[in-house]
This record gives sequence, C-alpha cells and structure tokens, in this order.
Amino acid sequence: MKFLDDFRDPALAEQCTKAILHLGTGHWKIMEVCGGQTHAIIKNGIDRILADRVTLLHGPGCPVCVTPAELIDQAVTLASREDVIFCSFGDMLRVRGGGRDLLSVKAAGGDVRTLYSPLDCLHIARDNPQQEVVFFAIGFETTAPVSACVVRQACQHGLRNFSILNAHVLIPPAIETILSAPQNQVQALLAPGHVCSVTGCAEYERLSIEYGIPIVITGFEPVDILQGIHMAVSQLEQGQARMENQYRRVVQYQGNKAAQALVRQVFRVVDRNWRGLGVIPGSGLALREEYEEYDAGKRFGLAESGAEASTSCIANMVLQGRRKPPDCPAFADTCTPERPLGASMVSSEGACAAYFRYCRNYKHANVTE
Amino acid sequence: MCLAVPGRIIDLNEDTPFTRTGQVEFGGVVRLVNLTAVPEAKVGDYVLVHAGLAISLVCPEEAMRTIEYLSRLENTAENEEDWL
Amino acid sequence: MMEKPKDQAPACPFPMSVYPVVTMAHGGGGSIMRRLIDEMFAPLFDNPDFECDHDGARLSVAGAQLAFTTDSFVVDPVFFPGGDIGTLAVYGTVNDLAMCGAKPLYLSASFILEEGFPTESLRKIVLSMRQAALQSGVRIVTGDTKVVDHGRGHGVFITTAGIGRVDHDLKISQHAVRPGDVVILNGDIGRHGIAVMTQREGFSFETRIESDCAPLAASVLRLIEAGIEIHCLRDLTRGGLASALVEIARSSSRHIGIDEAEIPVCEKVRGACEILGLDPIYVANEGRFVALVAGKDAVRTVEILDSCFPGLGATIIGEVSDQEPGLVTVKSLIGVERILDMLSGEQLPRIC
Repeated sequence: MKFLDDFRDPALAEQCTKAILHLGTGHWKIMEVCGGQTHAIIKNGIDRILADRVTLLHGPGCPVCVTPAELIDQAVTLASREDVIFCSFGDMLRVRGGGRDLLSVKAAGGDVRTLYSPLDCLHIARDNPQQEVVFFAIGFETTAPVSACVVRQACQHGLRNFSILNAHVLIPPAIETILSAPQNQVQALLAPGHVCSVTGCAEYERLSIEYGIPIVITGFEPVDILQGIHMAVSQLEQGQARMENQYRRVVQYQGNKAAQALVRQVFRVVDRNWRGLGVIPGSGLALREEYEEYDAGKRFGLAESGAEASTSCIANMVLQGRRKPPDCPAFADTCTPERPLGASMVSSEGACAAYFRYCRNYKHANVTE
Repeated sequence: MCLAVPGRIIDLNEDTPFTRTGQVEFGGVVRLVNLTAVPEAKVGDYVLVHAGLAISLVCPEEAMRTIEYLSRLENTAENEEDWL
Repeated sequence: MMEKPKDQAPACPFPMSVYPVVTMAHGGGGSIMRRLIDEMFAPLFDNPDFECDHDGARLSVAGAQLAFTTDSFVVDPVFFPGGDIGTLAVYGTVNDLAMCGAKPLYLSASFILEEGFPTESLRKIVLSMRQAALQSGVRIVTGDTKVVDHGRGHGVFITTAGIGRVDHDLKISQHAVRPGDVVILNGDIGRHGIAVMTQREGFSFETRIESDCAPLAASVLRLIEAGIEIHCLRDLTRGGLASALVEIARSSSRHIGIDEAEIPVCEKVRGACEILGLDPIYVANEGRFVALVAGKDAVRTVEILDSCFPGLGATIIGEVSDQEPGLVTVKSLIGVERILDMLSGEQLPRIC
C-alpha cells in the first residue's frame, strides 16, 4: 500500500537503526507520546534493538487509557437504558470504570454498537427516531474534527435524538504536566504525528523552547519512528533542543486550518480529568453553548461522580514514563488482558497490553530501569 | 493512537461544502470518506483518513524525499545532508 | 441387583464467580474461550476418547479407524459475500474431518429456526448445503429441526456432526510435531472475517470482499497420497492463524517460529485491516489451514497446495524448533522477534 509499505521497508529500517547506534556515545531517555507509536515500537521490537543507546518511555497518548473511570461508568449507565442506542469505537468496549464494561452491557441485552466512524450515527438516529443515539466521543485532537463534524451535521439536519458523551482531551497540557514534574526523566520527545497534522507544530515548538528538550513530530510506521529517534538522538548528542518535523509528508507547520475551524466552531477548551494524571487545566474540549443540546451529560442529567476507586494499578506511573509495565507487581499476574486492573492493559494501544502481548516472556528485554 | 490510513481520492461528491464526500481507495478497497476538512483535495490526491474523515493531504514528493534521505543515511555522528 | 455406577462428577475449575454469565469472548476463539473448554468442558466430559485439542476425535470402531467431529454455525449475517451459513456448515465440518487426515463420508445437520425466518431464505441455505455436499463428496444423512419463539434465535443456527474414515497409518496430531518441521499455509489469510465484518453496519466498503469458504479434504488427501510426512494439520477459523499456531505450540509443547513477512494477505483484506485497525493474523478464515510437515517434504507440499489452490499464495511461513516450548514467536518486519499470543476475546476494530 502506498505510503505504508515504503515506511515498513526492512532495509531502510536496518539502515536507520545502524545510523542511530553509531550516533555518539550517550544513553538517552526518549518518550513517545502516542499509543500508536508505543504499539509499533513494541510490536516491531524497536525498543529492544536500540536498548544499548535509548530507553523509550511510554507517554499518555492512549485516549482509552486516560478516559476517567466515572465517564466510563456514565457510558455504562446510558448504554443500559432501553431507550438508548449506544455507539462507540471498538477500543472502549472492554475498559472498566468503577463497575462494568460496555461489552458486559451488550451481553446483558443493551444495544451497544461498534462503529468505525461516528458519522454513521446520523443515519442510525434517522432510522431509529424513537431511540436516543449516543456516541462515546473519545480521542485527542486527531478525532475532535470528526466529532465536530457529526455534531454540526446533526444540528444542520435538525436531528433531535442524537448526542455525544464527550471525553475529548488535548495532548500539549498533558505533556507539560509530565515535563514539569520534579521526577521527570524525559530528555527528548517524539510528538504524535496525526495530532499535529490537525493542530500544527507551534505548541510543540513552544514546549521545546520552554523545557529545553528536542521534540520531533513523528509518524507511526517503523521507519518513521526510527527516523524520529535518529533526529532526537542527533540533537541530544549535539546539545541541541528544537522542534523538528519528521512526518513531513503529512504534517505542515500550520496544521489543517479547515479541521481546526471545524473544531473551534463546535468545541471550547475546558479543564479535564485524566485517568492516572488527575485534573489538567485547559486539557479538554466541551461543546459550545449553541451545541450543548448535543451533550449527553446534560441531556440525560448525568451527575459528575467522585474520585476513582483505588486499585493496585500503577498506570499513572506508566503513563508518565516513570515505570515500565513489568515493574508493576500485578503485571501478567493478577492483571492480564483477560482480567485487567487498569485501562492500560485493556486498550490495544496501552503500554501494559503491548508489553503483555509482545514481550512478557523476554526477561532480557531491558524493560526495567 | 489515532489510527489514520493514506488513500487516493478516485471520485468526488461536491453536494455542499458541508457534506463534501469522496470515494477513496486504500490498497484494494474503496470507501466513502468525508472530505469536509480537506477543501483543497481533488481527484487523484492522497489523503490521510481517520474515523471516516480525511484530516490531511499526503504529499508524495515529501514522502519520496524522506525515503531518499533515509537511503543515504550514513553511520556517522553527523550527516552531511541536513534534514531540512 | 447390580447398582448403577455413581456419577462422581469431577470438580469444575472454571471460575464462575469471575464469569457469572457467558460473554461474546467465550466464543471468540481466543484465550477466554480456550479457558471455557479447558476448565468446564474438558474436566466434566473427561474420558479416554475425549479430544479437545484437535478438530475431531480419532476412534477405533470394529477395526475401522474413524474420525468424528461436530460444529455449530451461528454466523451473522447468514448470507455474506462468497457463501452463507449453509456453505459454512458443510465445508466447516468437512474441513474438521480433513484436519484429522480422514476422508469425509457422512454429515448430520440440525436446524434451530427462529419463528418468522423466511422459508425462501431457508431454501437458499439448504440448496447451498446440497451443493457444498456434492462438491465435497459427502452425504447429509440425518438431521433435526426445532423452531424457537421469535426473538430467541437470530434467524437460523445449524449444528452438524461428521464422520470420516482414516485410510492410512499417519498419526496426524499435535503430538507428532517435531523440531525441524516446517509450517506451511495453503493461501492468503483474513478473507472470511473481513467478508462477514463488512456486512455489518458502519464497516461496509464499496469493494466486495468474499469469504474464502472452501472444502479442504481433497488437498489433504492429495498430500497423503503423495507420501508427504504430515505431522499436524489445523484449519484456521475463529481467532485466525494466531490461535491455530498458539494452540498447536501449547498442546505439542513445541516452539513455532514464523516470519511476518512471509504471511500472505491479499490486497483487499490488507486495505480493510489497515483501515479498521485489525491484524490479519487474528482474523477468521474458512478455507485455510496450516500443515506442519517434515522438513524434507516442505517444497513438495507447497507445490501440491499451489496446484490445489492456484494463485492463493501457498507458502512456508515458519518452522518448529527446540527453543522455548509452547511458545510462538514472530520475526517482525525489522527482524526482531516477538511473542505471538491469542487475544482474550474477539478482535474489535479500533480507532487508536
């Protein structure tokens, strides 16, 4: 497939790997933010092949992992109603909040539907005028435009039986929380390429200057990630700290203005609670007043619930790159993809799930500090 | 996260700017995609598609430049050719 | 008067407190389903002939070597590109017998029909079964019919049983797998699962993707006739290539290493999987199998399968070694090994 196969080419990957291993002598701690990048790194063994020079820390770039438990409980409450058709991306079906997950609501007879695109909610709503259609709107800045699009189209077509359960979050404030923490060990960052294709690079340039670290906007295929790491290590070896764009075939400095306008029209920035990180100011999106009727929380009068139940899950430490999954005493023991304690083990993009699936038996994989 | 896949626009539907859609080919399959967020895209262009919405154009020239740069990457502390 | 033997039912280790109700994962072909089989069915049905690690049971009856299998078909939608539930019912059962190295002979077919299911649809399904049976050289000799209230049946469910005859001395089972064996796939993977998924709301494409539903017995018998030293056969159904390999590795206590770059995936399936975030290695198939054969017969096996399934990409994908037993490892695109495991339930499309 064009633009995918070239960036999975084994020869190019090998060339890039060798180039990294020959770049200077330092050992560096680099965080990749995005769950898709984590997945590609662990699946392809990039962390292991570079282990002598680079320790890859896994950031909070998995919207499934960071969606607050109480929001998942609200989803379960809505999905359990007989008058609701609850639509969601497949990723959210197995995550538990404080109680059940959406898959068990489906098992008990709830109308829970997996969708590829929220745009399909529009004709589900039209075809089922007696039912309320709710879409679980998770995601970062990459997904906000399609959520904005579906709300705007629902409004334009006068659809009254549709709403979104909003869980949209923004990446830069979360990065800032991590970089400003006293225990922060991150020396360079691989920024999420698809988020930046929408938002542009300016925020990451600011973070790079303010925190004095290299930030490389990176794609998702193995060759992209290796090049991103090469660019980061190159800067680190030369004592540089600037924003660079590896993913130039997709990301432009100014981002996608049309997509940004879509989002701005429908959403406004608010504070948001992140599972495992707490409340981060200015890190979420909420519907603007003129679109508030499409907010499921308001439509169904869902209460803001209290603190999350504590478990032995250390996902918050994993999300901040301060621990690796095998450091957790529950990892692969009481916490497995079958019986997960935290979202990071449920989501296929979660670091814990990636480690469990691809390298839990490899004791020599240099997975602990 | 943010699973997004590149595809080529093979047909455009310009009903209104609100619901600009197109048939996009991904390898061997074709799917209807919302093109509202890429108003400049035309038939033959490559777009990056996430959850049924095209969020960006894909630039073939930049892709080629990246591949060419990487194939000349050497095992040295600095590369003569800058990644600019 | 003789006392009837008391039924001392063994303990059932299946954790009913953890799984108080059945979920879709219990039928997904992954580790949760495996657990249900290993911890509920196996201990409670335990007897010398019970077989839960293979597609069928090998039985010795009055001097004849027979293979016996059963299967149920609940596919939704019942009609999909490339076949229907009837085609699946016949080919699926025939293929299970083929995986035992048997020549399939007779099938039974039981129907659970939902009140309100159109009889014209039923006729189409039965016609498909007739055609599939003719194609496979089997006879459907008995069956049963039940009707359940509307809302309790999902249209139609079909349960089959099949009997085949083993006319050779090869011991085809996971216990025959040895280091040095080569793992061969008869064609590209993922067609059936994608064909069915694209019939679901929201996952359709403009492009038609057909199921690979097909009978496999003839090709297996050709391999046997050619004197290929077959050690194990497994057809790939739910849970995909991954589940089949993991099950073989675990039940044989051998190590299987495969090369990701060698696994054939056709362009349409690849495109669909990329968009939906699915890994083809976990996607269901209905006309594909892996053969673990002695290394010396690898090339001939590929040749024979290529002639039986022209253009589908029959190929060697890996080998059995004496590394860590019970594990399957995959060499990634950049040459690093990772562990291949089953998923816990069915694979869901993802956005992240």
